Amino acid sequence: MVDNLSAVIAANRFGLGARPSELAGINRDARGWLKSQLYGARVPSPLISQLASSSQIYQTQVAALKARVQASQSLPSAAIQAGANQSTTRNPILENFMAQVGARYQLAISTQESFRERLIHFWTNHFAVSMDKNAVGAMAATLENEAIRPNLHRRFFDMLLAAESHPAMIVYLDNQLSIGPHSPMAQVATRRSNVLRKLDINENLGREILELHTLGVGGGYTQSDVTQFAAALTGWSIGDEQRPFAIADRLKTEQDVASGAFTFRDAVHEPGPQTILGKYYPEAGMDQAKAVLKDLSVHPATAKFIATKLARHFIADEPPASAVVRIAKAFLDSEGDLPTVHAAIVDCDEAWRSTSAKFKTPHELIVSAYRAIDYLPDRPQLLLQPLVALGQSPYSPGSPAGWEDLAGRWDGSDALMKRIEWAGQFAQRVSAHTSPLLSAQQSLGDALGEHTLMALMNAADRIQGTILWLVSPEFQRR
Amino acid sequence: MKQQNKLNRPRREFLGRSVLAGLSLSIPDIGVAFPQTDARFVFIILRGALDGLAAVAPYGDGNYQRVRGALALQQPGLSGGALKLDGMFALNPALQSMHALFQVNQLLVLHAIASPYRDRSHFDGQDLLENGTTTPHGSLDGWLNRALLSMPASKQQKTEQMAMAFAQNLPLVLRGDVKVGSWAPSRLPETDDDTMQRIVALYGSDEYFLSRLQTAMATDAIAGDQGKRMSANMSTQRNNSLASVASAAAKLLQQHDGPRVAVMESTGWDTHANQGAEQGQLFLKLAELDRAMEGLKEGLGSVWGNTVVMVATEFGRTVAINGSRGTDHGTAACAFLAGGAVNGGRVIADWPGLAAHNLYQGRDLQPTLDLRSVFKGVLATHMGVNESVLETNIFVDSRAAQPMMNLTRSV
Repeated sequence: MVDNLSAVIAANRFGLGARPSELAGINRDARGWLKSQLYGARVPSPLISQLASSSQIYQTQVAALKARVQASQSLPSAAIQAGANQSTTRNPILENFMAQVGARYQLAISTQESFRERLIHFWTNHFAVSMDKNAVGAMAATLENEAIRPNLHRRFFDMLLAAESHPAMIVYLDNQLSIGPHSPMAQVATRRSNVLRKLDINENLGREILELHTLGVGGGYTQSDVTQFAAALTGWSIGDEQRPFAIADRLKTEQDVASGAFTFRDAVHEPGPQTILGKYYPEAGMDQAKAVLKDLSVHPATAKFIATKLARHFIADEPPASAVVRIAKAFLDSEGDLPTVHAAIVDCDEAWRSTSAKFKTPHELIVSAYRAIDYLPDRPQLLLQPLVALGQSPYSPGSPAGWEDLAGRWDGSDALMKRIEWAGQFAQRVSAHTSPLLSAQQSLGDALGEHTLMALMNAADRIQGTILWLVSPEFQRR
Repeated sequence: MKQQNKLNRPRREFLGRSVLAGLSLSIPDIGVAFPQTDARFVFIILRGALDGLAAVAPYGDGNYQRVRGALALQQPGLSGGALKLDGMFALNPALQSMHALFQVNQLLVLHAIASPYRDRSHFDGQDLLENGTTTPHGSLDGWLNRALLSMPASKQQKTEQMAMAFAQNLPLVLRGDVKVGSWAPSRLPETDDDTMQRIVALYGSDEYFLSRLQTAMATDAIAGDQGKRMSANMSTQRNNSLASVASAAAKLLQQHDGPRVAVMESTGWDTHANQGAEQGQLFLKLAELDRAMEGLKEGLGSVWGNTVVMVATEFGRTVAINGSRGTDHGTAACAFLAGGAVNGGRVIADWPGLAAHNLYQGRDLQPTLDLRSVFKGVLATHMGVNESVLETNIFVDSRAAQPMMNLTRSV
């Protein structure tokens, strides 16, 4: 492929969309430009480090929810919907949410290392938590910054451990409510006459780790593996002064833990060995489930599952088997070393054959539009409102499977009409900052087709030209 | 790549006289050979796995109170109790409107029902529910799209105007060869006509974009001012709840040239924790479903009489409560058929029982009824789809799930 087209693929499919001078900068070494973003840690951006932590957000939310339950029936999700329209009265959940949205998208729009940033978004979606569960709320936003970003240059195991023990994940998949039926807490509870229910495990986290985070649904595990893994995971919890932990805490098994921070609770952990995927895991407290995660993190089914998802994201909806094999091999050979795995995608020749292999999601479309004109909206609402309108509200995939990475999920006829309407609104707002023809050339390079070029040159005005550029097949794909 | 996964589907010309003649033998003579072409079918997918035992309580089962514990509903007749259907089953008290429909024989309840899927992944379970095969990802298109080709066309209506998804994007069940539009309320400003014309020209060289744009424009034309007014109203309501989408959908469905097949979806049924009984999380979801049903009935007006609304989920939930007052992924659930064309007022269930030895894998409600038998029955008797096509193209390998031919009545 001609050099400029390689730069277009690097910036637009691997990255989050070319900024005005980016294609020229990448020029001849597209693969080198991408790989330079993969290795080593980064100093956290001040945009991110100033945000409230998951634990702080949890504490604020518990307080706010308590007050809210007393005050009215309205739910935080309704408040967020309202926030998409206009700012409302002071609401700490909403404020944290807006701050997180603002920081995330400012960074996505302005970063020079957009392949790295796209990978961070990819992994956040892999370990999806969704704020439409009220107990999670704005805490959903913190998993990316606390579990994904710090581990992008480490092994998959490090990221897996950080994600599964992240407070948002624990709460999203109910693990703080999972209690070993033979745990000390259950023993105490059953002796008390006023406890009506049997304390038992909740298998949600165990199942989704196997199905969605590691082996994948065809990965060869059984219902018994799910149940025993869930038993091993009992005790992975968060600090909380509320019931039902009052009983557990009275058993005096743990240090003081900040409310909303991860903690392992011996008192609810199911004692005894577990057998998972045919392997015997002796009782080891928190280390029992950690040992299972360690084995899962380098399992061949995990390598294949992750490789398929990466290839689907970076190469095509139906990724070529050869590319999946290559990425999976890099995963296994390096024991899940993420920079090695990510570099293997760049080394797949299959990735470099088309400038329009993937249909952009709303998130990708909006980020790439702002990047192309190098413009930061001054209020997070301006980003939030179109993301909600186009069907991809931040931190709300609505399911632990995350946002679907297939065109069929996003290319409905009504969805296209809404993209056109969004383009009109965007063009109105930013018309002072755009020159449609120049923006099209700078963002699409040699991928800009003759037909679209002509349409842009004949546009009636700057706003109409901007709309045509944004809705063009070239810009809608990457 | 996509091709190899696609099922062979019939072309209209295959449905000639000879094929029909050969098949008339296998269709019971209940006056459904030529159903009215303006029949409506609405499919509501509840994503996340509805707890069938909470929606339709088998209060007459001697084990019900014991196995359900804190999640058991109050007996019918008690204040806030379940709404009696018969001596065995009662509806969750959230389902007031649906109970009223039952009393006028417009609601049919199906229980201990499941798709052929027997694992516990939401995502595979939903995929199989919608693709109509017996394996997840067994087809890249959906059974309802394949069925569209075999529905007798209404006067003055093109195949691509027959169905609509009330969502921005197409759910799998409506994806496929027949072009299907989607519609959802918008809060964004409209685009001016000149720009729209230029976008049509811009897409002139790209069939993928052009076909979608044309479908969207055709849908907008059907929705017309009505659609715009609905959008404006909905933006003030602040939500895209199933109930408000259903009301909007009904206004399009009741038009004589409106879509005949509609799909809606609702998420948030995955009640692993604090599920609640006579109130709480699941109660609120069921109340929303109930409002959606009420909205459909009201909005459809006289068309309700020739409508079947089917409500189904990917699988049920565990019989026992888990450690956090919720339920985990299970197997059989319940399903509903509602509408003026439904032969309702009854519960169809080959009840497997709730004793430990009756449960599927010792934990879930045992499936005794195949969802495909219901889908096939409704398609055959209400939408006029030929039975042989049902088995070969729409639900492959479904011979074991014979269509139930007594679910609807001819109108």
